[in-house]
Amino acid sequence: MRLLEGEGIIKNFGGLTALANVNFHIDRGEILGLIGPNGAGKTTLFNLISGSLVPTSGKIKFKGEDITGLKPHRICRKGIARTFQLVKLFGSLTVLENILLGGLFGPSKNSHKSRTKEECLALLEFVGLSEMQESLARDLTIINQKRLEVARALATKPELLMLDEFMAGLNPTEIAMGIGLIRKIHDQGMTIFMIEHVMKAIMDVSDRIVVLHHGEKIAEGIPEKIAANQMVIDVYLGT
Amino acid sequence: MDLSFFLDILIGGLIMGGLYALIAVGLSLQYGVARVLNVSHGEFIMLGAFATYSLYSLIGLNPILSLVVSGPAVFLIGFFIHNTLFKRLRKLSPSIEAFEGSSLLASFGLLFIIQNIALLFYGPDIRGYTYLDNMVDFFGSINAANRLVALLAAVVIGLVFYLFLFRARLGKAIRAAAQDVTTAQLMGVNIYWVLGLCFGLGALLAGLAGSLTSMMFEITPFMGLPYTIIAIIAVVLGGLGNILGSLIGGLILGLIGNIVMYIHPGLSLIAYYLIFLLLLLIKPTGILGK
Amino acid sequence: MTYSTKFSRLIPAFILIVIFALLPKVARPYTMISLGSIFMYVVLTVSWALFSAPTHYISLASAAFFGLGIYAAAILGQKLPLPLFIFFGGFISFLLALLVGLSSLRLRGMYFTIFTFGLSELIRNFVQWWEVNETGTVGRWVIQVNPKMVYYAMLSIVLLTLGAAYFINRSKFGLAIRGIGESEEAADHIGINVNASKIIIFAVGTFFMGAAGATMATRWTYIDPSIAFNPLYSFMPVLMAIFGGMNQIFGQVLGATVLTLLADMLLTKFPYYYMLLYGIVLIIVILFLPGGLVGLKDKIMLWFKRKRQGYETT
Repeated sequence: MRLLEGEGIIKNFGGLTALANVNFHIDRGEILGLIGPNGAGKTTLFNLISGSLVPTSGKIKFKGEDITGLKPHRICRKGIARTFQLVKLFGSLTVLENILLGGLFGPSKNSHKSRTKEECLALLEFVGLSEMQESLARDLTIINQKRLEVARALATKPELLMLDEFMAGLNPTEIAMGIGLIRKIHDQGMTIFMIEHVMKAIMDVSDRIVVLHHGEKIAEGIPEKIAANQMVIDVYLGT
Repeated sequence: MDLSFFLDILIGGLIMGGLYALIAVGLSLQYGVARVLNVSHGEFIMLGAFATYSLYSLIGLNPILSLVVSGPAVFLIGFFIHNTLFKRLRKLSPSIEAFEGSSLLASFGLLFIIQNIALLFYGPDIRGYTYLDNMVDFFGSINAANRLVALLAAVVIGLVFYLFLFRARLGKAIRAAAQDVTTAQLMGVNIYWVLGLCFGLGALLAGLAGSLTSMMFEITPFMGLPYTIIAIIAVVLGGLGNILGSLIGGLILGLIGNIVMYIHPGLSLIAYYLIFLLLLLIKPTGILGK
Repeated sequence: MTYSTKFSRLIPAFILIVIFALLPKVARPYTMISLGSIFMYVVLTVSWALFSAPTHYISLASAAFFGLGIYAAAILGQKLPLPLFIFFGGFISFLLALLVGLSSLRLRGMYFTIFTFGLSELIRNFVQWWEVNETGTVGRWVIQVNPKMVYYAMLSIVLLTLGAAYFINRSKFGLAIRGIGESEEAADHIGINVNASKIIIFAVGTFFMGAAGATMATRWTYIDPSIAFNPLYSFMPVLMAIFGGMNQIFGQVLGATVLTLLADMLLTKFPYYYMLLYGIVLIIVILFLPGGLVGLKDKIMLWFKRKRQGYETT
């Protein structure tokens, strides 16, 4: 079942076309990877889906419902959560407070405050941050900040999780931990849409991959096919 | 509507516009380069005005000649204040936004201090002097000579300043710093020296404008704030950070203010504020802003 | 943390409230007047900090809302009883704040600050022009009210303001506002309606400012635009909050109290130097006390703690 669909997405910034007639879909339960050289329009697409930006034209549907142009907080309530390329945490709040905010405002139905706290603590456990509850978010290491951002996103009880370059800035050990975390989240039934530059990670983890270049979709398919696709190879090697 | 009426408004508008342009460019240097939205800017105008007034009253020094004294004096004060107070604030601030906030508040403190010092020296009374108050007939438009001289002086100052910014090596360094402080620093420009210079130059323009003002209007220690506000409006109108823009902004405000004054006196200040607020709501980047 | 119920901390506050409530019976009129000013500045400072402290948007429009309350008292005071026109003062300010908030949503940082300042000055100049040209008066007389009632009214407003600040702080809304101050985009994406939240907290603060204005007007009895919308009412709260410690209610109250007492003393002893000293205090605080008095206290306590730990390890 198609969880998220994009039809004819176009985004112009003044004279610059960031996305030109992009069509895509994600099925429930799959991990869709989004790759492409810098400037291809990947984060712009994320921004259109999450509500930070509004498409110039085109439609975005979530669970069959048109969500094009809705404000970010509404889209979050509908069930889409995301992380950011540059981690956006509430720096001077504690780890627990960060995730609590997600749990208190994100889910479509408000549950009781004490239930929320329990659930958030469980999520902290899930991502491995229980020990750091009271630490300030800005004092965490990069990998822990990313874990927190994911936990906070999960606290909003999404059906679709969008990860924007989760592996950026991580060393190989941390990348392996990251892959493990993503698999763990996926095993719980989450649908995941992820942008990534670290090829090995995204090829390993994704069920399908979409390739963008200069705002256009140039390829789509299972990782093996994409890896063998001559156009994709050319684009990345810059010939 | 005959020519003389039209000229009255135009010349009047240019006189005020010229003054406002000087003040606005001064503030633009302070905010655009040194990133200090200096709400005590008007107090430097006041200092210039009182300097000229004192020199004229005490030793009969020609107000035009006093520009040579008041300008550099106010420049030195401005440079000193920047390289003690604002330099330290900049080093203490975690981000440029934090610095903008704290320097804004610090400049309020300066406003209190400078105004109070002037009050202590001169008292609250309105003062003035007469200089060149004979009327001059220009195609039917009658204006006091001192105003025309002030306009001329403003134009000359503007030209000199323009030449400095675009021809002199130091001026080019300033423009570089205005564009991009970090890169200018990397290219070997001594950044605090340039920032202090810009701040001082901003104060200099204010001081000169103040001296010119004293030729035309009465002065009091409280005269500064209305000018500061006009300067802020002109700077935003022209585009925060754009020096040429603030000049244009000042000219426009002077002309509009004069026109409004003919229609309904007392409304010009309100007109300025309305323009200002609408501008911020519709196009905060101003006319020439990025 | 923010959810624990530490009511034991509130006991000193309850004691203070009782003291203040009983004060009129024993205190001299001068003390009452002094307290009235302190109450006024506490309300202005805490209300201002309600929005501006966590979100880091420095509003310089407090004078507009305070002044509106003053005018509400001047205009409605003849026709309505005290509690009602105080409420209206607050309510009108609240409405204006909603309007201001809605229109200034897209303004960031410095633009927001100068917008609020410009707005406040526009209102002052406009009311001045209106009074002179349309109404024919410059100043207005405000109805006289029994000083004791004024005192209790101000005390009530102070308690309401502090109460609101305290409970908002501990609530999930308060936590959301602090989140907004850290990252508006992140807050938006986790389901917080950032625009609505900012406007609401901004407007709530202005309600108390307006109510305080309406109350204080009865003490001054004569008001005009330059008194009511004096820009000092916009930046004193900022200075007081920074001086006392912007991020805690206790700091805001402390700053307002100390600086009001200081101002009173300076006005009587050194009337000619008062602005000068204020400016110097402001600059010293900005340069050397970024955390305010509370921050200073924390630093001192940390220093003592380190010394003690030093002794223990040797």
